Amino acid sequence: MQVLKRKTLALVGNHAVAYAVKQSKPQVLAVFPITPQTTMLEKISEYIASEELKAELIKVESEHSALASIYGAALAGARVFTATSSQGLLYMTEMIYWAGGQRIPIVAAVATRAIAEPWSIWDDHQDFLSKRDAIWVQMMAENVQEAYDMTIQAFRISEDERVILPVMMGFDGFILTHTMERIEVLEDGEVDNFLPPRQFNLIDFSDPIGVGPIATPEDYIKYRYEAMKAMVRAKGVIEEVMNEYERISGRKQNGLVECYKCEDAKYVFVTMGAWSGDGKVAVDRLRNAGIEAGLLKIRVFRPFPKEKIEEYLRSMKGVIVLDRAYSYGSGGILANEIKATLYGYRVPVYSVIAGIGGKDVRPRHFQKVIEDLINDNLEEERWLL
Amino acid sequence: MSSLVTPKRIPKFYRGNAACPGCPIPKELDVLLEVLGNKTVLVVPASCTTIIMGDTSGMPSTVPVIHSAFGAPAAIASGIVRALRTRGDKDVIVTVWAGDGSTGDIGFASLSGAAERNEDILYVCYDNEAYMNTGIQRSSLTPKGAWTTTTPEGKREFKKPLPFIIAEHKVPYVATASIAYIYDYEAKVRKAKQIRGFKYLHLLSPCPPGWRFDSKFTIDIAKLAVETGVWPLFEIENGEFRLTSVSKTLLDKKNRKPVTEYLKLQGRFKQLTEEEIKGIQEEIDEMWEEIKKLIKK
Repeated sequence: MQVLKRKTLALVGNHAVAYAVKQSKPQVLAVFPITPQTTMLEKISEYIASEELKAELIKVESEHSALASIYGAALAGARVFTATSSQGLLYMTEMIYWAGGQRIPIVAAVATRAIAEPWSIWDDHQDFLSKRDAIWVQMMAENVQEAYDMTIQAFRISEDERVILPVMMGFDGFILTHTMERIEVLEDGEVDNFLPPRQFNLIDFSDPIGVGPIATPEDYIKYRYEAMKAMVRAKGVIEEVMNEYERISGRKQNGLVECYKCEDAKYVFVTMGAWSGDGKVAVDRLRNAGIEAGLLKIRVFRPFPKEKIEEYLRSMKGVIVLDRAYSYGSGGILANEIKATLYGYRVPVYSVIAGIGGKDVRPRHFQKVIEDLINDNLEEERWLL
Repeated sequence: MSSLVTPKRIPKFYRGNAACPGCPIPKELDVLLEVLGNKTVLVVPASCTTIIMGDTSGMPSTVPVIHSAFGAPAAIASGIVRALRTRGDKDVIVTVWAGDGSTGDIGFASLSGAAERNEDILYVCYDNEAYMNTGIQRSSLTPKGAWTTTTPEGKREFKKPLPFIIAEHKVPYVATASIAYIYDYEAKVRKAKQIRGFKYLHLLSPCPPGWRFDSKFTIDIAKLAVETGVWPLFEIENGEFRLTSVSKTLLDKKNRKPVTEYLKLQGRFKQLTEEEIKGIQEEIDEMWEEIKKLIKK
């Protein structure tokens, strides 16, 4: 494949996402500050003030209004964007469900962060995963490059007529938002070709409709059934969009899940987000020590790529799912999803809860749990305290 | 001139909607849409109007209606108007049509935010002075002394003075209105339509089941609210306060009817003692003394 030499920039995650947003040309954006997302909206404000991005910026008084205002803007035909984190995402929650239920194309970046109480500004996935039933496509980036790529892809996926769903792009707070990495970016014109102007507007004065009226029980369940089908269709569309992006960018995109040395592995980590990188380092070290380890990275959490996961994991000798979020009284959220996916197969699934509230996790922690598994010394659920 | 008096006028807001008997909301919307025209978007938060607007099988409105979460209408309207601006649609009037609970309580932050940003929207609060859609629970706009299901002894606190609070945001236009003074209401909507920036219109909407009166008295009560001085009709245009319609004649106390005439028609005030009614009368008189000061400025 003949690919142009890419422009390379050194950007922190927040600025990489802001750059992708600028290239995606949303017409209306809403901003409200919250750590660790704040420097992204500062950068976006600069782009708009300098007219590098010609758009309306609504400087709202809360996250609830941030999502409400772009909800209104999106249904009136604008491409829209906002970003938040943690408590802000919780405060948006009502409107998150409105956007999902009404199936409005919106892109929101979530700098993942632990939820109070007690206060924590550090990273985990409790905020992001608490929105798993809100009818949003949810993707999670491993590094700054992926955060940039996924942001551009998110607009395409969200606005695809077979999907028409809001999309949430998650990336680990501080670990990615504030870490500078070398990334390759597309040319502005390439993004323009990849993202044609939006074809969506629910306000029509010649044929006025009511958006979001009360639904009878007979109708309500049909709305939800259609949303379910849109999520199923989204799987194919996401892969298609990512493949096309791969052709344009010349960078491997991996679709819904990324398999790292897992084809011939006997023991596999399942991860999502930034620590997938640490997991890959651990896999390399384990391989050097003669252990057939691999890693399966979940890139898209909703729709959940069950078929792909089943394909990769059904014959493993052991699966270790690493969770940065927990369903209290039930189990690791990702672990529960993996167990449900592997129902009927004789694959032992272990749940490791780590990194909660930003607790440091390193490759050696990954190595330790897999060694314990091999030595028959790993309990079904372990918290790395 | 006004087509309101023309018998054959086609209603802008259709009959056959789901309003209670005696409810003024359909007429209020009809007048609003008559003046604003077809290039209007209504944003309607959870309220009686959510029901009046019908379900997924159809709606009585002749213009697009965007239903809104309870606390979000001013923010949703902000987004719509900004999006339309980027599309070059500059002559659309984006109008929030919200009850008192959304306006004064749960949506107050988004209302205040939109006012502070001076968003180019018209915000109309149709004030029936309680959470009527859920069955008559007190709001911050329920008047002192009124019975509701959550104030069975009569509300102890004052009605939040929303028009003045919004005016303190230095928005270009704030006005009050009453369905009993329809030309005054219509004139204010017409004026608001011409002004760019944030416009706030506060419309007193008597509610037969909530206020406990016979549905034939809706207009009488709306009229008495003005005549007794409970509901002064005024506008604040670029900071300048002005009484309108009959309220101009009510600065002199002897022109105001005693408040009992307003209260006695409504079951929600029937538990009030003579002493309490006297207190309410004194508060109205004090409010008018304040209004005098506003005019002198």
